Amino acid sequence: MNMSMKRRLFLKGSVATGAASAAAVAGLLTPQAVIAAWNESAFGAKSVDDAIQGAMGSATTATSDAITIKAPDIAENGAVVPVSVKSTIDGVESISLLVEKNGTPLSSIFYLPVGTIADVSTRLKMGKTGDVIAVVKAGGKLHSARKSVKVTIGGCGG
Amino acid sequence: MANTIKLRAKTKGGVTTVKSLMTHPMETGLRKNKKTGELIPAHFIQEVVCKHNGNVVMSTEWGAAVSKNPYLSFKFKGGNQGDDIELTWKDNKGESDTASAQIR
Repeated sequence: MNMSMKRRLFLKGSVATGAASAAAVAGLLTPQAVIAAWNESAFGAKSVDDAIQGAMGSATTATSDAITIKAPDIAENGAVVPVSVKSTIDGVESISLLVEKNGTPLSSIFYLPVGTIADVSTRLKMGKTGDVIAVVKAGGKLHSARKSVKVTIGGCGG
Repeated sequence: MANTIKLRAKTKGGVTTVKSLMTHPMETGLRKNKKTGELIPAHFIQEVVCKHNGNVVMSTEWGAAVSKNPYLSFKFKGGNQGDDIELTWKDNKGESDTASAQIR
């Protein structure tokens, strides 16, 4: 290979990586810009770990018995699954609810100021049978619990 | 949109329970219109904030996986009969609504 060919190759390579890094920067910047209003990167995450990472800043959670998830064993209608989360952990800062098998697992984050009791209820959509995961943040640590819910009619799409 | 929120708050033994129902389609953006086959655009509540006498007692961030006509219930310490409770939601289209009620 002569000198000019090498130079061609080098130029090609640098253009390609240049475009890739520009795309990566654009991809990273877009969610950052709206993060103050709504955590788009966490809510758009496709996996449970990514969603927890995006919402809480870390994907490491410790399984805890001090969290109780109340949800039906069998949900007849996946579009409306009542879920309650209680925790006896002290100083709960936030509770996040994730649905393992949904396209975007993160469903909701509840921020609890001091004085608010770790006991929230809401209704979630579940695409198919799977676990509901509650992640409780207390004292900078993440605790989690799971409850499996069998869904007979899915709640996503339809 | 007027009056999309039902809000109740009751205090017992120093703990106030707030229950609310919001009327909202909560479209995920993944559903298709059965007649035209076109996707129905996403339209869901992203933020709910509840205040007691002006202090935030609960703030939430929601995704599209919360059910249609969402229900929210939580408890906080304190709160007396006649205190003001105010709840506001905001959705991804920038629409919002606020309702207030008195603790019973």
